[in-house]
Amino acid sequence: MSRLSTLIEEGTRPVVTAEFPSIDGGGLAAVEKAADELRPFVDAVNATDNPAAHAHASNTSIAIAMSQFGLEPIMQVVCRDKNRIAMQADIMGASLFGIENVACLTGDDVTAGDEPEARRVFDLDSTQLVKVASGLAEGYYLSGRAIKAPPNLFVGAVENPFAPPLDYRVLRALKKAEAGARFLQLQIGYYPERLEAFVRGCVDAGVTRTTALLPTVVLTKSAKALSFMDESVPGISIPANMIARVAGAGDKDAIAEESYQLTLELSRHALSLRGVSGIHLTDFRHDGSLERLVRDLGIGPAFDPVATATGTTSGTTSV
Amino acid sequence: MPKLLPLLEDVVKKPVWDCRMCGQCVLHSTGMTCPMTCPKTLRNGPCGGVREDGNCEVKPEMRCIWVKAEERSHSPLNPHLWEEEFNDLRPPVDNRLKGTSSWLNLATGRDRRTPAGWQGVARERHSAVPGASMVEIDEPTMLPEGFHS
Ligand code: SF4
Repeated sequence: MSRLSTLIEEGTRPVVTAEFPSIDGGGLAAVEKAADELRPFVDAVNATDNPAAHAHASNTSIAIAMSQFGLEPIMQVVCRDKNRIAMQADIMGASLFGIENVACLTGDDVTAGDEPEARRVFDLDSTQLVKVASGLAEGYYLSGRAIKAPPNLFVGAVENPFAPPLDYRVLRALKKAEAGARFLQLQIGYYPERLEAFVRGCVDAGVTRTTALLPTVVLTKSAKALSFMDESVPGISIPANMIARVAGAGDKDAIAEESYQLTLELSRHALSLRGVSGIHLTDFRHDGSLERLVRDLGIGPAFDPVATATGTTSGTTSV
Repeated sequence: MPKLLPLLEDVVKKPVWDCRMCGQCVLHSTGMTCPMTCPKTLRNGPCGGVREDGNCEVKPEMRCIWVKAEERSHSPLNPHLWEEEFNDLRPPVDNRLKGTSSWLNLATGRDRRTPAGWQGVARERHSAVPGASMVEIDEPTMLPEGFHS
């Protein structure tokens, strides 16, 4: 059982997950440095899979390296770059190194990246991948070929409560839950009312009985960063008044502070919703704000009364 | 006749639904909107990249096919017989069926055949040929053209 799955099942406190920075060379030292920065404040971290269709050190290699440095990985697998055979092989391969948490994503299109000429694969879609990954843990490949010693897997996915068709998003979450997703990391969103409606819908539809919801918040420090996400990141829209609020805060420092406050508000709101099991953090600031945020919210391993007493937050835990 | 069917199907379905001849048609359950026209060929609902205006992440000038499908699935103009199938979990595409007639595959049940793992069962350990349990071609005509060459 992965630590993440245990924490989610116990449900004694909100879990904190985050996004690992992309690694392009620099050896394992580069991974270690990033792992050291995150380890005290988060329960598990996403090893991304060529985010925004840009090539980087691979999901499996980063997940394995992270676990060697005592940081629990959530290995993302996107459907864009590999067919069903390769994706199953990656999950099975990573499991040899103790990687249990797997997040299945459709993936941004190749046109979002710096190699738009690439062939897109999408042999499976994310929901199908959830089911296939769950099958691996039950002891068979998609073909039905038996796996004698099946891996322990904690399979999850992502969902976007903020993008159209809004009414359908709960059903899609339900479909993923039924396919075997035990957690859903939610897309970055700046519409608290949409998040609220989605979470309520998931509670009513029974999604949260099997599946943990982890809304995402982003740490930014300028109005420009917000405008960029609004205009350029697929599936993210930010209300004009929120951008204006940050932009109009004053000088650079005041703007950075207002951005932080906005993130803090959105985080508090997300965590206040019944049916939410924790939060996922994306940090574009890299200025210590992530630590400040978990402190202000009072969540994560640093604020786990049980773990702190027994000393399990020192970062020596391995997966 | 089986040889003519794919041609006929293409002629009928291409102009109306921009059919891609995947050979395993799900149009009836997706509000008569073909999921294979989604640039990511998603058969189980919209990706996370749908734009605020409901248009496609990849082709901003095109309405997301799942937004369209969702709207159409409630439309009074659609056959509602299958509305409850809208959120069915659709299996991975069998890429061998591309270019074959989904009408024929529907009639023979070929389009509903899925790998054992999809049905949640481990296959017998000692199957003679790898993959043998899923390759049961009843009709050579169901194979895509050029398959034998
Ligand atoms: S926005 Fe809609 S049509 Fe475009 S890739 Fe995503 S699901 Fe497919």
